[in-house]
Amino acid sequence: MSAMRNVVVSRIQSLAPGIKEFTFVAPPGEELSRFSAGSHIVIHSVLKGKPHHNPYSLLGSPDDPHWRIAVRRQEVSRGGTAYMHEELKEGDTLRVSEPINLFPLVRLGRKYILVAGGIGVTPILSHAREMSRLKMDFEVHYAVRSAEFLVLSDELRALAPGRFYTYFDSEQERPDFKQLFGNQPLGTHIYVCGPSGMIDACLNAGRAAGWPESHLHSEKFLAAEHGEEFTVVAAQSNVTITVASDTSLLDALEEAGLNPPCLCRGGACGQCEAEVVSCDSEFEHRDIFLTDAEKSSRKKIMPCVSRVKGGTLILNI
Amino acid sequence: MSIPFRQETFRDDFTYRNSAEAVRRFPFPFPQDAYMYSVNIEPHVSVDPGSVYEHTFDIDEHYIAECEDRAITLGKTKNRFLALPHMMDAQWDTLELLMTSMARDYPDLFALSRDGAKWHWMNKPLNIDQHFVFGDTRTLPYAPLEYISRQGQGDFILLDQREGNLWVDAGVVTTQADWSLAFDVGMSFNEWHGPVPMAAEIGVFDRALKFLLMLQHGAPVRRLNWTMTINPRLDTSPEHYDQWGPDRASVTPENVGAKVHLRVEVQTLFRLPRSNGVLFGVRCYLASLNDLVTNPAWGQRLHRVLRDLPQPLAEYKGLVRYRQTAVDWLKQFDQSHS
Ligand code: FES
Repeated sequence: MSAMRNVVVSRIQSLAPGIKEFTFVAPPGEELSRFSAGSHIVIHSVLKGKPHHNPYSLLGSPDDPHWRIAVRRQEVSRGGTAYMHEELKEGDTLRVSEPINLFPLVRLGRKYILVAGGIGVTPILSHAREMSRLKMDFEVHYAVRSAEFLVLSDELRALAPGRFYTYFDSEQERPDFKQLFGNQPLGTHIYVCGPSGMIDACLNAGRAAGWPESHLHSEKFLAAEHGEEFTVVAAQSNVTITVASDTSLLDALEEAGLNPPCLCRGGACGQCEAEVVSCDSEFEHRDIFLTDAEKSSRKKIMPCVSRVKGGTLILNI
Repeated sequence: MSIPFRQETFRDDFTYRNSAEAVRRFPFPFPQDAYMYSVNIEPHVSVDPGSVYEHTFDIDEHYIAECEDRAITLGKTKNRFLALPHMMDAQWDTLELLMTSMARDYPDLFALSRDGAKWHWMNKPLNIDQHFVFGDTRTLPYAPLEYISRQGQGDFILLDQREGNLWVDAGVVTTQADWSLAFDVGMSFNEWHGPVPMAAEIGVFDRALKFLLMLQHGAPVRRLNWTMTINPRLDTSPEHYDQWGPDRASVTPENVGAKVHLRVEVQTLFRLPRSNGVLFGVRCYLASLNDLVTNPAWGQRLHRVLRDLPQPLAEYKGLVRYRQTAVDWLKQFDQSHS
């Protein structure tokens, strides 16, 4: 479902130990689209022969001709961040998705509280930029391990003068969510991004203070569209195909010259429904067409978005 | 390519006509002999050069006349352009999408040059030459959505996404099939589609909504919808039912071929990049039964679809008064069937 494009790395800059900022521009003759606050892109990379798909929030201004992201190298690296830190050079071309937003701004709020932990500051910065542009009432709370990890704080402080608060783990400081949410006007929204423990603490404090779920926002990325490699046998046509980890089952069937019916290619219309003869592994149903009972029956699959976790899938097609 | 634009009207003397070429490319909406609601959404990608699906926004021989008809409707009646204040970014997104698409797809008709926020737009068919500052409403004669809709075919509705739903929060609606922007503005997707019979039960709108919430920038989708209209009238708004409702009683076996029009909407949905809103484009194509039966396969199929259409759908689409007259007339084009 996501549209893909190429970008060129125009600048790589170290922000803090283990954190780098990357700036992307469009290839010559093309233009990058604008994006909305809270958007991310998914970067496709290949490291040691293994494909990786990692989402990163866009932190720059949508009015700039370039896109900016910041990446923290993960200690137990999912290959993607190691690739970004060690392999990628200025001038390289990358395959990325168009911007996707699953952490969007609700424009009808009365006030906004932005909470960032560590590298989770990236979408918070884009929200602060948007709120400042739209002259909304907002404040920013930013927690990091120690002062040297307080990246991008100059931009934040400039956007939220007098309403920018920092917290250092090294000084035993952390935001007091209970107090923070206790005394806000009706119609206030919380946006939080950071380590999962912090997100949970923040959202739970909001719930405890009686805030409706629709006013509590935490960053979400697009669910993986890809997965493990597996084998599919089209029983009627007697064809055996390998479905690579970054190819959908439907694409693989089409590439093999089969023409299964399909329409939406997004798991909604029901056209591509295929009957399962057998499967020796787990299903990953990602459609919104089959009922839960059908999904657990192991008898049906929607090849446009769903797949299996390795092994062999035999379809009656 | 140059399009021979027609001089014609969609009201009063109804001089609207389709050329043979317009009939050939008409988006006939029935893939089967029977019609039922389904999630008939597909990627809005360019297919079949010359078809209505070739370009992001199709421009055809009715372009100038449709823009003139819209100007009349906007001038004569209220509330055909409405926008809640938080939709301003989505309005600019829409203007950008239309201008860039039209200039790219029809370079002999439209031109756009941009120098930062300074834009220069030329619309040759309508003789418009406009310099303006993108993002500054004071530099355009109308609000951005109204400005660009006055130069587009079809209606444009802007949806805001929040609370896991889509909300009808702005639009220009002058070519609608019996629904009212003034009545529906501020409604959620479910409320908006609430009255459609038989569709809610089979879960069509729940699935469509879930799908649309995930709609991504750069990957627009489209679907077809249809109804029927007496006379080639674009503006069939509920507020003016008194003007067009009585037409339904005017259909006779003698005039049915010329008066009854199949009204097909090519609906397109785009995620808007800057606002994260959704543009819902509803482009209306009209063809008389006389037009349609020039294609034997269409005549036969339309006979069967209309004859077998479930009564609740016929009522919802407002066809009950003249359905039998149309079916009786179409029967002559379905000889293979007893
Ligand atoms: S193509 Fe629509 S559900 Fe698979």
